[in-house]
Amino acid sequence: MPSIEFNEVRRDFGSRAGGFLALDGVSLTIEDGEFVTVVGPSGCGKSTLLNVAAGLLDATAGSVTVDGEEVRGPSPERGVIFQQYALFPWMTVSQNVEFGLKVAGVGRAERRAAARRVIDMVGLADFADALPKTLSGGMKQRCAIARAYAVDPKVLLMDEPFGALDALTRVRMQDALLETWSRDRRTVMFITHDVDEAVYLASRVVVMAARPGRIHRIVPVDLPYPRTEEMRLSAEFADLRRQVWNAVYHQPSTLEGNSS
Amino acid sequence: MRRQAVSAAPARGPGQVKEDPERARKAPGSASREDAEGSAARRAARTQRLRNALLSLCSAALGLVVWIVLAHSGIQGFPGPASVLSRGWQLLRDGVLLDDLGASLRRVLTGYVIGTALAVPVGFAMGWYPVVRRLIEPWLQFFRMVPPLAVIPLAIVLMGIGETPKIFVIFLAAFLSCVVSTFQGVVSVDPTLVSAARVLGAGDARVFLGVVVPASSPFILVGMRIGLGAAWATVVAAELIAAQSGLGFRMQQAQLYYDLPTMFVQLIAIGTVGLAMDRLLLLAEHRLTGWQERR
Ligand SMILES: Nc1ncnc2c1ncn2[C@@H]1O[C@H](COP(=O)(O)OP(=O)(O)OP(=O)(O)O)[C@@H](O)[C@H]1O
Ligand SMILES: [Mg+2]
Repeated sequence: MPSIEFNEVRRDFGSRAGGFLALDGVSLTIEDGEFVTVVGPSGCGKSTLLNVAAGLLDATAGSVTVDGEEVRGPSPERGVIFQQYALFPWMTVSQNVEFGLKVAGVGRAERRAAARRVIDMVGLADFADALPKTLSGGMKQRCAIARAYAVDPKVLLMDEPFGALDALTRVRMQDALLETWSRDRRTVMFITHDVDEAVYLASRVVVMAARPGRIHRIVPVDLPYPRTEEMRLSAEFADLRRQVWNAVYHQPSTLEGNSS
Repeated sequence: MRRQAVSAAPARGPGQVKEDPERARKAPGSASREDAEGSAARRAARTQRLRNALLSLCSAALGLVVWIVLAHSGIQGFPGPASVLSRGWQLLRDGVLLDDLGASLRRVLTGYVIGTALAVPVGFAMGWYPVVRRLIEPWLQFFRMVPPLAVIPLAIVLMGIGETPKIFVIFLAAFLSCVVSTFQGVVSVDPTLVSAARVLGAGDARVFLGVVVPASSPFILVGMRIGLGAAWATVVAAELIAAQSGLGFRMQQAQLYYDLPTMFVQLIAIGTVGLAMDRLLLLAEHRLTGWQERR
């Protein structure tokens, strides 16, 4: 079962002025099929944690296992979605989506069909042959999501995927993502700096603290799925949001003094 | 990569128009309005083009006037457009102009093709393997500071007076300009694109051929353009110094006989051919890298 386990993950960034401890002893288990969001102040090591899980960055100590297997380098089993879309600008939408399948050696016809399916899923059917530069930000991110889904990863790692989008597009993308997720229940680790987004999407919100980067609190979100607009306005939601907000913005004062 | 870029090109124009699907869907009656907007935009573009063409024409006319004024201002032997034109016609009819052009172009293209063919892989190797970069870069920086022409005397002593030394310096000029920008292109490839390819399972070869090469192609094409400019400038200068044929050689001969019209013809030929080659590469650049977001 594809769960993600972080075991005492530590990551230093060496520099001449001495090492910088970006992550210190992070242990976290994301259960199979769970949707976990990670929030925390800027620079607390969220991206570092995600990149270690993706295999794009080595842990200095500790390990990450996905589906019981230790992570050693990137693999298509762990889909990653970046904030900056990272679409290949010289490829059309469908060529972008087919890239991972091509790497995997999937035949042309099968590739086409699979790409068509996920492109339809994210609602870009009319833009299959468009170049990324002609797409809006939301469309680019939907294309990136389609590209990640095309190779059918066991888990999804998303690093502030909606960070560059306007508020309205953002809400739409959240609902679309939840809808897809509730159909296939893929394990998701989702980084955001938006407290609202963190609570709305997650079954648990992981709040990190900085210097050194570590887990500060974990807030369980006991709202049922599917999440609805009414839930966003409910008292329970407001309460959860306040809890997360306090955990993010009122971290222990000694550390706050450190980080400023 | 080339095939993709070319086949993608047609999507460029229409993409702009259909960018907003919501608007098209929400207002079914808006089709005619959009048409009207489109034709207005086209009309504006046409006016703009017409204006630019007119301005170019004005610029040419102004140049001609300046030339005629200069010719009548009594500078010793300064030829007017008419005498230059008739000399140009004469040289063309005799076949001298075309022979010279052929000789110069042959040298330039030989040196240029060898230079860029070597520069592209070397630039890639430098960008991809830090060791190669450390080994090559000092020499590159050094030779970039030496004008290729300054190598000519040495090249003639070492390689004789035939075509080889001239082709060699052209090769050097083209190689040096192109290798630097290829290398720059490789090191400035967006690392998240490389990450994106890796998390989709791409290995080193795929990352290189599928991401690094296309992502750096705009830089390479710019380098090739600069290289061609450098090569053309170098061939003319090299022919001024040591050649028995070519546009530069003819100009040098004309100088011996105070034949100013011929010098003008050569000058105009050199400029025109250089410009034509540059435009050709610019066109190729636009076709191949139309996918770029230009700001
Ligand atoms: N390659 C690197 N070299 C040195 N330090 C780094 C490197 N990458 C990250 N860091 C440091 O590690 C810390 C955590 O960085 P990280 O990108 O994980 O933060 P983050 O929580 O994702 O922040 P944000 O919300 O701004 O994206 C930062 O203080 C940063 O300076
Ligand atoms: Mg980050």
